[in-house]
Amino acid sequence: MSAVIESHNHDDHHHGPAKGLTRWLYTTNHKDIGTLYLWFSFAMFLIGGAMAMVIRAELFQPGMQIVEPEFYNQMLTLHGLIMVFGAVMPAFVGLANWLVPMMVGAPDMALPRMNNLSFWILPFAFFILLSSLFMEGGAPNFGWTFYAPLSTTYAPPSVTFFIFAVHIMGASSIMGSINVIVTIMNMRAPGMTLMKMPLFVWSWLITAYLLIAVMPVLAGAVTMMLMDIHFGTSFFNAAGGGDPVLFQHIFWFFGHPEVYIMILPAFGIASHIIETFSRKQLFGYASMVWAMASIAILSFVVWAHHMFTVGLPLAAELFFMWATMLIAVPTGVKVFNWVTTMFKGSITYETPMLFAIAFVVLFTIGGFSGLMLAITPADFQYHDTYFVVAHFHYVLVPGSIFSIMAAVYYWIPKWTGNMYDERLGKLHFWLSFIGVNVTFFPQHWIGLAGMPRRIPDYALQFADWNMISSVGAFLFGASQILFLFIVLKTVMGGKKATPEVWEGSRGLEWTVESPAPYHTFTTPPKVN
Amino acid sequence: MNQGSKKTIKTLCFAVLGMFTFSFALVPLYNVFCEVTGLNGKIELRATNDKNIEIDNGRDVSIQFVSHNNEEMPWAFRPSEDNIQIKTGKYHTATFYVKNTTNKRMVAQAIPSVAPSNAAAHLKKLECFCFEQQELAPGEEALLPVRLIFDDELPSSINSVVLSYTIFDVTDYNDVEFSQHHNDDHHAGHEMEPSI
Amino acid sequence: MFKKATTSVNNKLLAGLITLFSSNMFAAWDDLNMTEGVTAISKEVFDLHMLIFWICVVIGLVVFGIMFYSMFAFTKKKNPNPATFHENTKVELAWTVVPFLILVFMAIPASNTLTKIYDDTEGDINIQVVGYQWKWQYKYLEDDIDFFSNLTTDWDEIYNKTPKGEFYLEEVDEAVVIPVGKKIRFLITANDVIHSWWMPDFAIKQDAIPGFINTAWTIVDEPGIYRGKCTELCGKNHGFMPVVVKVVPQDEYDAWVQDKKDAAFRMAELTEKDWSIAELTERGEGVYLKNCVACHQVNGQGITGIFPNLAGSDIVLNDKAGNIEILMEGVQGAAMQSFANQLSEVDMASVITYTRQAWGNAENGDGEIVVPKDIVEYKKPKV
Repeated sequence: MSAVIESHNHDDHHHGPAKGLTRWLYTTNHKDIGTLYLWFSFAMFLIGGAMAMVIRAELFQPGMQIVEPEFYNQMLTLHGLIMVFGAVMPAFVGLANWLVPMMVGAPDMALPRMNNLSFWILPFAFFILLSSLFMEGGAPNFGWTFYAPLSTTYAPPSVTFFIFAVHIMGASSIMGSINVIVTIMNMRAPGMTLMKMPLFVWSWLITAYLLIAVMPVLAGAVTMMLMDIHFGTSFFNAAGGGDPVLFQHIFWFFGHPEVYIMILPAFGIASHIIETFSRKQLFGYASMVWAMASIAILSFVVWAHHMFTVGLPLAAELFFMWATMLIAVPTGVKVFNWVTTMFKGSITYETPMLFAIAFVVLFTIGGFSGLMLAITPADFQYHDTYFVVAHFHYVLVPGSIFSIMAAVYYWIPKWTGNMYDERLGKLHFWLSFIGVNVTFFPQHWIGLAGMPRRIPDYALQFADWNMISSVGAFLFGASQILFLFIVLKTVMGGKKATPEVWEGSRGLEWTVESPAPYHTFTTPPKVN
Repeated sequence: MNQGSKKTIKTLCFAVLGMFTFSFALVPLYNVFCEVTGLNGKIELRATNDKNIEIDNGRDVSIQFVSHNNEEMPWAFRPSEDNIQIKTGKYHTATFYVKNTTNKRMVAQAIPSVAPSNAAAHLKKLECFCFEQQELAPGEEALLPVRLIFDDELPSSINSVVLSYTIFDVTDYNDVEFSQHHNDDHHAGHEMEPSI
Repeated sequence: MFKKATTSVNNKLLAGLITLFSSNMFAAWDDLNMTEGVTAISKEVFDLHMLIFWICVVIGLVVFGIMFYSMFAFTKKKNPNPATFHENTKVELAWTVVPFLILVFMAIPASNTLTKIYDDTEGDINIQVVGYQWKWQYKYLEDDIDFFSNLTTDWDEIYNKTPKGEFYLEEVDEAVVIPVGKKIRFLITANDVIHSWWMPDFAIKQDAIPGFINTAWTIVDEPGIYRGKCTELCGKNHGFMPVVVKVVPQDEYDAWVQDKKDAAFRMAELTEKDWSIAELTERGEGVYLKNCVACHQVNGQGITGIFPNLAGSDIVLNDKAGNIEILMEGVQGAAMQSFANQLSEVDMASVITYTRQAWGNAENGDGEIVVPKDIVEYKKPKV
């Protein structure tokens, strides 16, 4: 294969990576940029995770022990923002960078220089966001949903820096999505029709369209906030004829598709892994694609289910309840397809498969609680309690984050050329699995029993399960250090991987050597 | 880069700009939507021009007036009557007592809200102190009128409506559209167009 | 056992573990589930919750059952040759249609209950509920009763200096009182940021939004004290503004209303009375601990950079007029709000006097006191 690359390269392409720091600064190579994204998101995962540890430590016992309520609010705000915009989203973009060109048989992303830019503005955004911790009045303290007027009239001065950071993150995401779409739409290998694309590629195509549609709306929302704060407008200020509820509508018009942005690529990943380790072709490929597309479309008409208690008229409440319940149908189709893929397969349980199965089970539990939350009258009891916290953490931690970990274990032999340590991988899985469930399952109960979210201290009847939840969180947090160790160990060395890596692997990325050469598919492969 | 890619990029950039614009378009859209559906109990901040609204044989509806001073608003502000009975399709004038209890000249804006919210679309006002800002000298007091009517489409399940006014201190925060008192010293540095 | 405040970490861990593994678990189940509440609506909501919960459990058992069966039966060892099927239109259609029907089955009772909740025609008693940073105000529209409801849990309990009481963070100085069997309508709004008024036992949760009014209603048949909380992040002390509703028989309610009216009359008398420094500071300390301590702290020193220090502040020491003005008008653009409509003339005068006397301020400043009549005077027109 490399001979083919040599003979067709007459322009000024590098044949290998440059040396030193400038390689990473100036790189336009999709694999390098993918690596940068993944390491960045891991760093953010640890920082956001450390904040979660502060939160759980404070909630370990009733009473204020470690931090003040004011700082607690800053922690929960930054935890949310960093995990959503710094950990989950960049990790998926990193995976897209690594995998999409290889999966569609393209030599690189369509817009390599923009690719470099879209990564390198991210560290600045998060530097700005984190530096607000040291500003007068402290970091943003209004929750990651930043509802006006708490985030406008009543915000600390650092809110302006927060807005700037969100703008940069948005720009980065939009550039990344344009890149993904252009690559997928125009650079597929001959013969790879849309309905032959690997599901990860499909999931990212849909995700990228969602991002294009909603990140500008988020940018609009923070721009309006900025104008309210500094230029005397009153978009969200009732005194000037504005409406604080309007903010919530705009935010969730962005926010609900955003939720699916964080889970659709996970669907793609799980499909690949379950297929590989079941040694059986994925069941219902076409319905998988349609399910993802309909979830994406429905995500635009369900936003007000986050706002059932703001005083919407009955007709609106009924509409948003029904629309939200409908999402269970395509989501169910996906779960049934995964289970049927395993049915009569020939299954082995390597670490990626363990994470993928845990993903299916625990994501489905998050889906069930999501269905419960859709029922408006019951939502009056669930809304803004720990039941909601449990719900979205089930969807995001053993959902999105497990899928990312599964992806790392699954593709790291392709990236590094080395097999990871299977024994340690399994240990990491079991520690994370137990940690996640001990942390978040009891939160369903304390939520139902009446504990509101976003409080630094709680009434005594919630004490026991909060303590158990905190213990689970410490376990989960600590086990991610093991993950870091495993990844570093694999990068340094290990058993050499074959090109196929896994017995049942399918797809173009498994046809190139391991580690994948710096440039792949300079000549497009043929797809039947 | 091939032609196809360039076209895709162009389309996507337009989509991004379009969605950014759309986010701002949501503001007027939302207001129209609110006024049509009464979402949030919002009512129009301008006089009705519906001429055929008055009828003779309307039914009884009671209105409960509620007032609230938003934070940092030290004025005295209360409805002259807490509760009135009116008929649909008949105009009625109610008043609110207001007094600037401070020793400063202040400007206030009252914001109406109706509960239940599906009554809002049927409550029309010919005149209301909430259409404009109210400026009072220190110690000045006033009776502020609101002339209102319920159209006959008011759902029959609604027999009692709450009309609430919250007054906000807008002395340092003048919004040109509402302002009837163009007091020069209030407008220094406020060049922005009003948003809504 | 869940209501008990155990003291040491070990005890709690042990308690948790015992709950996990003992038959006690079933006794404790009620504490881990949604409350059934005490109104017809709340019971309906609870039934809806349980219905959907069990539907989810059954679906989960079927789906995960097949999944776990596949995981054990179709390992590479037991089934070395995987099947090759990868689509089946009939099956796929079935698992699209069947869930849809289940959803319709769930949507019908849910829509019915929701419609009932929205039937907010006239209430017998209308109570305006106003969310403040960080307390609730209740105004009885028919009876002209108006009071604030503050958390009474001591800050020493919160900061673990004294043992926590039974209703830690769920107790207030003055609960909302409502009679049994009457339709109560709550008109919910807010003074500053968005709050949310939640009373689980009535299944009411409504956002309190500045400038707008939301309604909720209830009819409670069981007398008792019910506890809820603010459920929308509203700033620093969001966790410290509980909701407490006391439901009483009609005659007790009538007596309470009369009592409140008498108290208002007595307050008018108090305003006229001549006050001594000692009386004022004593009363003022109570007012301070209720309304001011969250920001300015017990020692009056505030929090550097956020909440100003009152101990030794020039205004508190030497500027009586300025001092009154700040409390009456609030400070634009700062967390300090106007207390003019929150505190009576007596409370206003006594809390100002307290701050001017406490923490050595009397010795370091002019030590001038403020009496209720000063506040009445301030409220009069100045022209």
